[in-house]
Amino acid sequence: MSDIQSRIGTPWKKPPFVQRAWLRWALLLGFVCYLIAAYLTIDVNWTRVYVGLERGKQFILAFTSPDFTSRSGDIWEGMLESIIMTIASSVVGIAISIPIALGAARNIAPLPVYLLCRSIIAISRALQEIIVAILLVAIFGFGPLAGFLTLSFATIGFLSKLLAEDIESMDRAQAEAIKASGSRWLQWINYGVQPQVMPRLIGLSIYRVDINFRESAILGLVGAGGIGATLNTAFDRYEYDTAAAILLIIILIVMSLEYISGIIRERVQ
Amino acid sequence: MLRLEKLVKTYKTGDQALKAVDLNVPEGQVMALIGPSGAGNSTLIRCINRLVEPTSGKVYLSNVELTGLSTGALRRERRRMGMIFQEYALIERLTVMENVLSGRLGYVGFWRSFLRKFPQSDIDEAFRLLDRVGLAHMADKRADELSGGQRQRVGICRALIQDPALLLVDEPTASLDPKTSRQIMRLICELCKERGLAAIINIHDVALAQMFVQRVIGLRFGAVEFDGLPEGLTPDVLTTIYGEEDWEATIEKVDDESAVA
Repeated sequence: MSDIQSRIGTPWKKPPFVQRAWLRWALLLGFVCYLIAAYLTIDVNWTRVYVGLERGKQFILAFTSPDFTSRSGDIWEGMLESIIMTIASSVVGIAISIPIALGAARNIAPLPVYLLCRSIIAISRALQEIIVAILLVAIFGFGPLAGFLTLSFATIGFLSKLLAEDIESMDRAQAEAIKASGSRWLQWINYGVQPQVMPRLIGLSIYRVDINFRESAILGLVGAGGIGATLNTAFDRYEYDTAAAILLIIILIVMSLEYISGIIRERVQ
Repeated sequence: MLRLEKLVKTYKTGDQALKAVDLNVPEGQVMALIGPSGAGNSTLIRCINRLVEPTSGKVYLSNVELTGLSTGALRRERRRMGMIFQEYALIERLTVMENVLSGRLGYVGFWRSFLRKFPQSDIDEAFRLLDRVGLAHMADKRADELSGGQRQRVGICRALIQDPALLLVDEPTASLDPKTSRQIMRLICELCKERGLAAIINIHDVALAQMFVQRVIGLRFGAVEFDGLPEGLTPDVLTTIYGEEDWEATIEKVDDESAVA
């Protein structure tokens, strides 16, 4: 009671995170020293930056006058190749992902199947697209076939994992009700599981189409075909206006995919 | 018609949900299963159609022993046991009609069900059942557009279209208001009488159970504590099932209720 009297009228401060004052100050001082030391190790070649700034300026200025015409044949060809790669790899990747996702959901798959499917997913996720693409280019040679296989492989890791997680968090009672009617396994999946995860599957698939298109622009850099190859050539020739045109087209396509996916996801709720 | 012999269920955690339950349900009898939460009511119902695998003991459904059946044979026997669920367990994103027809999955092949091409007789029966529960005009609505009472009616249709000999009913009135609860219980009991079905209804509302059923089983710690007529549920009996409490307000006068209904 007397304690509360002494508290009234005195200000309150949040207790410090580090209790000991000397340690608190030592940590702060150490952090400042580190910042200074780290800054001193940055080795900048200012003359190189001066030359580079000029190139950077040219690159950015190129966006004000993108050149769609002089290499239009190459751009069109590369873009078509990218789009075909995107669609084909998405369709194949998603088709393979669905059975793997079913196997990777602990609540519907027995343990050995679960472990097998989870390891496939882990391998697909562990290997970065570029590394897979370099390997597949080495095997299949330059061109869109390597890119298509890379993207299909990457789609499996992405879609199976996220779909399996959605299956694992589904409502058990609904699935149980279908099982109680004496349905076969496939009927059970079709009636008890599929309707519950359909919105997620559609949303993820559209998102993956979007990712596959963007990745197809990168994979060209390691020789796996598509618009990336055209883009790489344009950079190598210092044709920044053509590169700018390609980048603008990519941005446009990604934006329209974004818009379409928004509409579709709204519809399937 | 249904006979349980020394049915035991021990969960992996070591909890003994059922301790050697013996039970005999004759043809056409509607029976309520009461008992405190965790007494094994849900487990008992699920052990009958093996949604939960019993640890030991035997289940006979008109002389077919269920616990030893292979998956295929179990599937065929499950068709004869309609199940109605707590919180309805309808497939929310499918239409009312698809939900009702899903009760026929045990009878049709995969492709027919996948393409939703059910035999005309099934479709006719589905409409007859929906009409019987007053929902024929809702056939093409999605299940999640329905109210709680309507959903449970669809759940009842789904169980009945299986053409079962036995209904397993797990807390059909949980999360329904008192009026709808009575309507649903009345509907289940009427339909059982019309079709001569036996039913095991797991229910927490003792007064509601007394109003509608012919026999009550009281479970406590996984063992049958009471087996008799609904009138036999005296405060003393309820105390042995649930523990000490003032029971006078719980036990309704059956005459008053039928007058209200």
